[in-house]
Amino acid sequence: MAERSFVEEVKKLRLGAGDIFSGEGILAVTKGLLESGVAYVAGYQGAPISHLMDVLADAQDILTEQGIRFENSASEATAAATLAASVNYPLRGAVTFKATVGTNVASDALANLASGGVTGGALIIVGEDYGEGSSIMQERSHAFAMKSQMWLLDPRPNLPSIVDAVKQGFDLSEASSTPVMLQLRIRACHVHGQFVASDNVPPKFTLKDAMESPQRDVSRIVLPPASFVHEQEKVKDRWPAAVRFIEERKLNEFFGDGTDDVGVIVQGGSYNTMMRALERLGLADVYGNSKVPLYVMNVAYPVIDSEVLRFCEGKRAVLLVEEGQPNFIEQNIATILRQAGVTAALHGKDMLPVAGEYTAAVLLKGAREFFERYGRVASLAVPAPVRKVIPLIEVPAAPVAAELPLPPLEDSVHARPPGFCTGCPERPIFSAMKLVERELGPHHISADIGCHLFSILPPFHLGNTTMGYGLGAAGAAALNVPAGKRAISMMGDGGFWHNGLTSGIANAVFNRSDNLTIVVDNNYTSATGGQDILSSKANNPTRSTGHEIEQAVRGVGVKWVKTMRRTYDVAGMRDLLRDALTTKEKGPKVLIAQSECMLNKQRREKPLVRKAVAEGQRVVREKFGIDSDTCTGDHSCIRLSGCPSLSIKPNPDPLRTDPIATVLDSCVGCGNCGDVSHAAVLCPSFYKAQVVSNPSGWDKLLERVRGAVIGWMQRGDAKRRERFAF
Amino acid sequence: MNATQPIKIAILAMGGEGGGVLADWIVDLGEHNGYIAQTTSVPGVAQRTGATIYYVELYPEARAKADGGKPVLALMPLPGDVDLVLASELMEAGRAVQRGLVTQDRTTLIASTHRVYSIAEKSAMGDGRVDSQQLVNHANKAAKRFIRFDMAQAAEQAGSVISAVLFGALAGSGVLPFSRAQFEATVERGGVGVKPSLKAFGGAFEWVQSGSEADAPTAALPARAAPAPKDPQVRALVERVQREFPEFAHFLLLEGVRRLIDYQDVAYAGIYLDRMAKVHALQLNDGGRLVESTARHLALWMSYEDTARVAALKTRSTRFERVRSESSAKADQVVAINEYMHPRLQEICETLPGGIGRWLMNSGVPRRIVERMTQKGRVVQTSSVHGYLLLRCVAAAARWRRSTTRFAEENRFIEQWLERIAQTAAINPALALEIAECQRLVKGYSDTHVRGLRNYELVMGAAQRAGSALAPATLRELRDAALADEHGNKLRDVLARYALA
Repeated sequence: MAERSFVEEVKKLRLGAGDIFSGEGILAVTKGLLESGVAYVAGYQGAPISHLMDVLADAQDILTEQGIRFENSASEATAAATLAASVNYPLRGAVTFKATVGTNVASDALANLASGGVTGGALIIVGEDYGEGSSIMQERSHAFAMKSQMWLLDPRPNLPSIVDAVKQGFDLSEASSTPVMLQLRIRACHVHGQFVASDNVPPKFTLKDAMESPQRDVSRIVLPPASFVHEQEKVKDRWPAAVRFIEERKLNEFFGDGTDDVGVIVQGGSYNTMMRALERLGLADVYGNSKVPLYVMNVAYPVIDSEVLRFCEGKRAVLLVEEGQPNFIEQNIATILRQAGVTAALHGKDMLPVAGEYTAAVLLKGAREFFERYGRVASLAVPAPVRKVIPLIEVPAAPVAAELPLPPLEDSVHARPPGFCTGCPERPIFSAMKLVERELGPHHISADIGCHLFSILPPFHLGNTTMGYGLGAAGAAALNVPAGKRAISMMGDGGFWHNGLTSGIANAVFNRSDNLTIVVDNNYTSATGGQDILSSKANNPTRSTGHEIEQAVRGVGVKWVKTMRRTYDVAGMRDLLRDALTTKEKGPKVLIAQSECMLNKQRREKPLVRKAVAEGQRVVREKFGIDSDTCTGDHSCIRLSGCPSLSIKPNPDPLRTDPIATVLDSCVGCGNCGDVSHAAVLCPSFYKAQVVSNPSGWDKLLERVRGAVIGWMQRGDAKRRERFAF
Repeated sequence: MNATQPIKIAILAMGGEGGGVLADWIVDLGEHNGYIAQTTSVPGVAQRTGATIYYVELYPEARAKADGGKPVLALMPLPGDVDLVLASELMEAGRAVQRGLVTQDRTTLIASTHRVYSIAEKSAMGDGRVDSQQLVNHANKAAKRFIRFDMAQAAEQAGSVISAVLFGALAGSGVLPFSRAQFEATVERGGVGVKPSLKAFGGAFEWVQSGSEADAPTAALPARAAPAPKDPQVRALVERVQREFPEFAHFLLLEGVRRLIDYQDVAYAGIYLDRMAKVHALQLNDGGRLVESTARHLALWMSYEDTARVAALKTRSTRFERVRSESSAKADQVVAINEYMHPRLQEICETLPGGIGRWLMNSGVPRRIVERMTQKGRVVQTSSVHGYLLLRCVAAAARWRRSTTRFAEENRFIEQWLERIAQTAAINPALALEIAECQRLVKGYSDTHVRGLRNYELVMGAAQRAGSALAPATLRELRDAALADEHGNKLRDVLARYALA
């Protein structure tokens, strides 16, 4: 496991009725699940919903007490398929993953699930990684809800609304026999707030009940003729049932003074930002009391025709705030208004940007345009155009010391692309790859999803494409003809078990590929927070770990498999890479590069080391350093590393001007610097200091002897130098 | 409608710098003292060294109760609508300004002035650093009030982290309606590293309260003591500098003399001054720039880095002390120093006395044996008697340095370079200065040195072909191009553009 403990968070899951829950949005969802009588939860980790998975993994005792099963799914497809338990049985189930990448992977299972429909409530919690800081392609989960006809909730981003959406979501799912997606944007997942908790509710019907008295209903299985019936059911039964439920429970909200003839329709998730824009325009106060009527769609799909018509009736114009593209809701509402002959003008992507995140600044600009057009706010004074004329000025008698204009700030503010952490075991893999590149020239590199993708950024600049999680090897599948060079594919251990073993490795075996795949094995899925997977080294009481990647690779028929057990050995890594790229042996080559994720390792080991030192045990700490008088400031070492702890500082040498390299205090002594300077024959400036705390008697004796001999010689040396000093 | 506004706070930090801790502290501070607090962030991949923003809003609970409402708090800052910006580093403060979060009508900006260099700054082949003063100027212009000091240093002194210093500076700024005791109670509730955190907090609080908003005045550099050589030969050299050269050049020339005595001996430093005398004799009317530049670069070239030099520097007592301090070793800790050396045949031949070196380089079997033996790098423990003696022996090779093949080679380059400077100075002094500066290209060890020398020769070759018709700015452009990338792509482009290839 992540070497992190979620004990504090787990305590919050035990809160009872009336207690105040204070914490993160995604944790509130977790509590909401327990209060809804959920029988099972499954999911696949990834920002921004990793926290939900981590907390549940640490809350096994509470889950067991409540009779809830928690599955760490192999992939999002596995997670979605897990919801099959709710098809025949009145079992409430929830799955979670990041979107849209997770929804993509899950879509086959989701489509099958949505076709047959569900008996027990099925909730799909998607963490929408969209906008600033996102690491994935910018798309909407909305399309998946539409194509499979699942309902999509997009609640206002405050904890009471989010928790309410969880509970209503299960009810809606059961009322309409349809799986429900709950979409949470990244900021909503991480928002800190409070809500009043309720008691946890154990499931009424249990998984054990289901297993011991199985039920079967052929009409729920996706096979003709049932599949054709499902399509009809969706529009004739389930949709109307959902609409009735949403209307009755008032899941969508109406705010503001209903008498005005202009209004705003906003998705729940964008509500807070939109309110801030209205408040800035003087159209609302800080409590959300608005002068203009608002229709807040906490249900993004389906659109409720009756509510839209009620809101738009008698209005001159409405502004629709719909983040992302295509503008599904806008098209839908336009149809509703047109068919009903409502004359209200519909504005949306004509005033707001078609694509991109709807930030506060963007919404303020769009709202201003709308309300200026309809006379609700005065237009900002437009500065009169300045006519360019040659000014007649007198030459000043004495030159005035004019303030120099500042050079543009853009020149001084650099991008900070993400990179490998201090001591990351993946860094030496790419350092070695750079060295091989010097010998054999550049290769096509098919990258994968994971921290190793940072290799495409400075300083490594390695990697040509990335096609999705676990698809590194698959991404090089076409490059499979006799050629002078082999293609290289990257894959993480997470991606390997997610699908890479079959989509990449087995595929390469079957199609007689001659390429190289590097599997980066960090002992767990590092990028998503250190969750255990099959090949984890950790002893996990509730999961089976320790299944070697090498065995799996051999099992599907790869003959050339090498495992590097210490990636920090840059020269060894380089030699293996060279061998894999030049060997005469045909068939796919797999190189497994193993070393534990340093971020998680440090989280575990730092406190242990501190404790050992305090207890008086002999502890050796290693730290790298650079001699300032031998470093010439070329920074080759930085270009082969990019370590956050390897930086620069002003040159203390009065004769030199280029800054020299320096190792910051945050160095963990991983050894990469030394190995790179050896393997790349860089420069002799690196040293490794071994600092021994609580030295033994032998250490002290040795130190005294060395001090005496070396000190004597050094003193003589210093005296000679002193003679000529001035 | 009610006019009370939430307090809006943006925190700009890099992943792992404690921006999240700071945001949590502010939330806790608010919630314990009558405020409704909300915070959110977009960590994502920014956790791994990228830049990220945490955003906090605080609203008085009593006010909300009186008004009978619940505030709708925003999840992201609106440019022009932020009261307080906290930045854990100077470039991040610049980023806040760039994003429009810092405005003169209301924003208090609290930032550390230390720099965490960006990868572009770090990986440049020469000096890629941005000018900190520009960042300060922009921030100063944008903010209503700009509180700044080196918080990394303050944190280190207190044995704590930057977030605690920022929290203290925030308390000291008086922008938030909470007392020092309320701030401190928050840190205590956090329960992790309370004592050092409070120390860092207190230091920052008092520093800001004392009203020293702008940078602490940089202590004037201690005036360099007048040189007081003890050795008569050295004294002669110092006096020669003072007598024969203009005063503005004394500093660099004396540094050069000092360097070369340390590198070789007094006589070698004398050669340096002989060479410089010729440059000075050119009597250019360029404000002494050529003399200064040549003084600097000639000293560096004459003290080129070879194995003996490296060994000498690594075995000094001052260096042992420096390693101890850089590794933050305490008095009761034992420190071992391990060097990463990779001498190859080339370096060994260059270190051996001239004849032996040449023989080995051109020999058959012995050469191959040495080559085989030097394929891997070696780790030498200088702090052990054995390792120390080994390096001392290597350092002793300086004695016959002047007979080595490397010395002859470097000397040839130096003479050519000086010759070219002198010739060019007669026609175009500005161009001569650019030629002098080109020594900057030759630096480093092994491959780096080979690459540098190759670039130097390419640039010099181009200058030679172009002759006096070459514009000084073009030569400068060529030099910058040579430092643009490792593969020489930019240099090739520029050479082609000026038809100098």
